[in-house]
Amino acid sequence: MTQLVTDIICPFCGTLCDDIEVEVSDDGKKIIKVTNACAIGAEKFLHAQSPDRIVRPRMKQEDGSWKEVTYDEAAKYTAKILCDAKKPLMYGWSSTSCEAQATGHMIAELVGGVVDNTATVCHGPSLIAVHDVGIPSCTLGEVKNRADRVIFWGCNPAHAHPRHMSRYSIFSRGYFTTKGSKSRKIIVVDPRPTDTASVADYHIQIQQGRDYELIDALRVALQEGPLPETVAGVPKEKIYDIARLLKSGRFVTIFFGMGVTHSLGKNHNIDIAIALTSDLNKYTKAAIIPMRGHYNVTGSGQVLGWQFGFPFCVDLSRGFARYNPGESSANDLLMRGEVDANFVIGSDPGSHFPFKSVKVINELPSVCIDPHMTPTVAVSKCHVPVALVGIEVGGSCYRMDNVPIESRKVVDPPAGMLTDGEFLELVLTEVQRIKGVAA
Amino acid sequence: MTKITVNLITGRTIQQGVSMEAGKEKEDYMKSCGIIELDAVDIAKLGIWKNSNVRVTSDFGSVVVKAIEATQGPHPGLAWIPMGPWANMVIDTNTYSTGMPTFKGTPVTVEPAEKEIVLSSIDLVLNACKE
Repeated sequence: MTQLVTDIICPFCGTLCDDIEVEVSDDGKKIIKVTNACAIGAEKFLHAQSPDRIVRPRMKQEDGSWKEVTYDEAAKYTAKILCDAKKPLMYGWSSTSCEAQATGHMIAELVGGVVDNTATVCHGPSLIAVHDVGIPSCTLGEVKNRADRVIFWGCNPAHAHPRHMSRYSIFSRGYFTTKGSKSRKIIVVDPRPTDTASVADYHIQIQQGRDYELIDALRVALQEGPLPETVAGVPKEKIYDIARLLKSGRFVTIFFGMGVTHSLGKNHNIDIAIALTSDLNKYTKAAIIPMRGHYNVTGSGQVLGWQFGFPFCVDLSRGFARYNPGESSANDLLMRGEVDANFVIGSDPGSHFPFKSVKVINELPSVCIDPHMTPTVAVSKCHVPVALVGIEVGGSCYRMDNVPIESRKVVDPPAGMLTDGEFLELVLTEVQRIKGVAA
Repeated sequence: MTKITVNLITGRTIQQGVSMEAGKEKEDYMKSCGIIELDAVDIAKLGIWKNSNVRVTSDFGSVVVKAIEATQGPHPGLAWIPMGPWANMVIDTNTYSTGMPTFKGTPVTVEPAEKEIVLSSIDLVLNACKE
């Protein structure tokens, strides 16, 4: 007999869908079927069962081949490279639990490391903008129940957050949005006619990188002020129409993604998007939410915030917390050659950093804690496979709207495999021994 | 040989997401991310067959990927490589004091490279590290 485990949290994206159902074998060891998840989430659950999964830590040899080691040996190597370094980079954190992050930060404090999370290549500029101007926001539940004007600006949830539209933002039926998508007007701003744009009421095909100008024009249009014939490739009539449409709504929500954070202007694009949201509150109710990527990147920002006061790129190398994006951020540190050891957990900079940074990692003493084989593993000296949070061990996570959700264990990890938290505890104990600090 | 200049942006696709979770060392990941989506007009300007290999070059690096027709188009002059190590060989590394490299809006040239091969993610990164 198989068992059905219900109300599982999906550990893929920041939407943290909490209605996944997983059919497991009667001994609770094998996942047989995943329902309710998107294609990406389902693949994440199923890949945990991959027969070629690496289940033991390994060290890279001189000839590039791997040699299996114990978790204790891997923890000793990790503690040594972190303690030997003057300024180790401890990067990632977004695909693990808040509890593991907190343990990792204790290590970072002891070794004087720089702790940066994947926001640095994702919503880092959004966090900088929030420092500058604050943020009028809301929860996804409020969006589902109230939002009748929804903007997707520089994001494509049909591909990146596949169930966001059906659970919260377009098709879901809420308390005041009883007709689902017919209760809402959807606007997509994107230089490409994306699959999200195809289900929207309005697609604004903006010239790439001209977000600031168009948002500024919308702020002018809200007041019926004068505009040139076109702004960012968009005719002024369309801008006035959109401004009137937004003002006529009862609850506007702006979702924004990498289209604005990755393009030139960066944090300033978000400054002005937040200012537009504030302006809209003079006419109606409006909120703005970043489309967070990893399932617990928001949690990493939260835990760093509680412990050190800053949400990413926290430099502890001077014995106290400093924060200066552009200086203490992962890519700047790597490309300027300012770090002398690299520690990665819950992310894959080998795939998602510019290659110039990856080449530096290849030359440093380095450890990668990751359940899978990735380009980061390929350029690291030590690879520590661990149990998957949200599948093989529970733990706290934060959804993209800053709502904490407890993820759940579904199946046992492969025999003898440690979790992120357990491995970090081993490293912490060893670091305390080397530093002569009482546990 | 014909060469065109286009504006490159990167980002997620659902195929990128699924293949990434299925294993970045696998062929599917290369097939999903080792591509460049070009507008039909730009493919015609380049004078190549669809699904043939091209070399993409910027001020920051160079990479061989397979050129396919844009799945979410039209957008003449704009090219798309899904996020991953192939895109990251050529994107603008400047962070302009924000910590964020400029992953969107890199001018690149695209030229036919039918005799060159698209490398797997692991080979791509390891080979480039040796250079």
